[in-house]
Amino acid sequence: MPEAKITIRDLYLRYSDGKEALKHISLDIQPNAITVVFGPAGGGKSSLLKVLNRLIDLSDVEEMSGEVRMGKLDILERGLDVVGLRRRIGVVFSRPIPLPLTIFQNISFGLEVAGMRDKDELRARVEKALKQAVLWEEIYDRLDDPAASLSGGQQQRLCLARVLALEPEVIMLDEPTSALDPVSTAKIEEFLQEAKKDYTILLAPHNQQQAARMSDYAAFFLQGELVEYAGGSDMFMNPKDKRSQDYVQGRFG
Amino acid sequence: MIEYPQYKKPFYALSKQNSQKVGFSFIRLITLVTILPILGIIAYIVFKGAGSITWEFLTAMPSDGMRAGGILPAIVGTFYLMIGTAIFSIPLGIAAGIYLSEYAADNRWTRLIRIAIVSLAGVPSVVYGLFGLGLFVLFFKFGISILSASLTLSIMTLPVIISTTEESLRSVPYRFRVVGVSLGGTQWQTIRRVILPQALPGIVTGIILGLERAVGETAPILFTGATFFLPHLPGSPMDATMALPYHIYVISTQVPGMPSGIQYGTVLVLLAFVLGMNLIASLIRSRARARRQW
Repeated sequence: MPEAKITIRDLYLRYSDGKEALKHISLDIQPNAITVVFGPAGGGKSSLLKVLNRLIDLSDVEEMSGEVRMGKLDILERGLDVVGLRRRIGVVFSRPIPLPLTIFQNISFGLEVAGMRDKDELRARVEKALKQAVLWEEIYDRLDDPAASLSGGQQQRLCLARVLALEPEVIMLDEPTSALDPVSTAKIEEFLQEAKKDYTILLAPHNQQQAARMSDYAAFFLQGELVEYAGGSDMFMNPKDKRSQDYVQGRFG
Repeated sequence: MIEYPQYKKPFYALSKQNSQKVGFSFIRLITLVTILPILGIIAYIVFKGAGSITWEFLTAMPSDGMRAGGILPAIVGTFYLMIGTAIFSIPLGIAAGIYLSEYAADNRWTRLIRIAIVSLAGVPSVVYGLFGLGLFVLFFKFGISILSASLTLSIMTLPVIISTTEESLRSVPYRFRVVGVSLGGTQWQTIRRVILPQALPGIVTGIILGLERAVGETAPILFTGATFFLPHLPGSPMDATMALPYHIYVISTQVPGMPSGIQYGTVLVLLAFVLGMNLIASLIRSRARARRQW
């Protein structure tokens, strides 16, 4: 097994309303693979993703402890350069949220705030990102249109493209296809399968089938606990824990 | 077979559609009644004042103890006061609005600030005038001047600009902030590049409405910058100035034998000033709403 991209040790998270979102999670996230984080709603999947790129800073957290490392970087460190971290770990949300800007600006935003000023360079990076997200062919002639004019599926690929433009190491997707039609969903999944050779991918799938289809590794979360962590086929063919068995076989959830 | 109880409609009952129609007509009538006086006032002033609006009236100095000639110094003075007020109140107001909406935590301190702003908006304008007299004219020794009057009007305008800025920023959905930050933007970069442009039409509307109120007020400038008569246009911010609202007060009460045409003409000019600004604000708002993406 290659060295883990992100190591999580004994991660505990409680929100100010007293809800324990993550109860002492330990997990190694492997590079160049899709790790599927699944389980019923409220299990802690989203919270975990938020911790990893420190978007959790925007929430009211009462206690967060444990250790999360990416290489030498201590992700939970108080004085961490979170802006730099978020460039290395990108996130795609469950609903497409294009910024109220043009298509081009949606992608160049992340680059510009990172300090890139050169127009040609920006243009090249935007084009590259749109091609990666399989969107370029559909929209190359209207980059200056408002992003809201795109269809839902296109918007979600735009959201993916603007993450890719930052050339992150890790891409997290929180139910990225829950608002999409089957064709758009297939496009995103196809991209992810292709992209895992370059990136570490964390996916909270929007259903069981997607989880089984996509996972190289799978982590089953239930009410803040990591119940089982296994290779994708093991998890869905042959789960060891009774609870993951029940969930995978559709007895609850 | 089941017997359903029969509902017998009383012969006098209106059908639902008809009672709705009656209700709507009633509401329309009430609306009409409320706007009639406003339309009446405007029509009356236009009718009485339009005749005296000539090029000379707008561009000449007053003559014959203000009983003839034009009202140029009052128009120019009002314009200067508006510019001065804008210079002081816009940057401060927007900064405070951004702070309250984006950065301030919800605690006792910020709640106190909000209460202060709301109360400030409710203070009678003459109180601002006296405050300006005490602080700017006497304490800071700015004298009766455009500077003192602009500062006084700024304090009056600030609450309007602060609260509209805060409101406009808050109306921009929170999710855009999360996305901006998730893409590696700092909070400020996200605000400046994404949130502020979306809130701008609302902010500009607030600014115009605030300035419009400042332009129309007499009391705050009464002790701080307005003067009865000036034989020349004000040459520096330290000069006193004539201004339309105060000029209207003067020519209505202080000058015997004043031709009423000039009075109505002056009122019409002020009204046009204020309503024009209002119209611009409405246009900005409706255009922005049509282009909004969320």
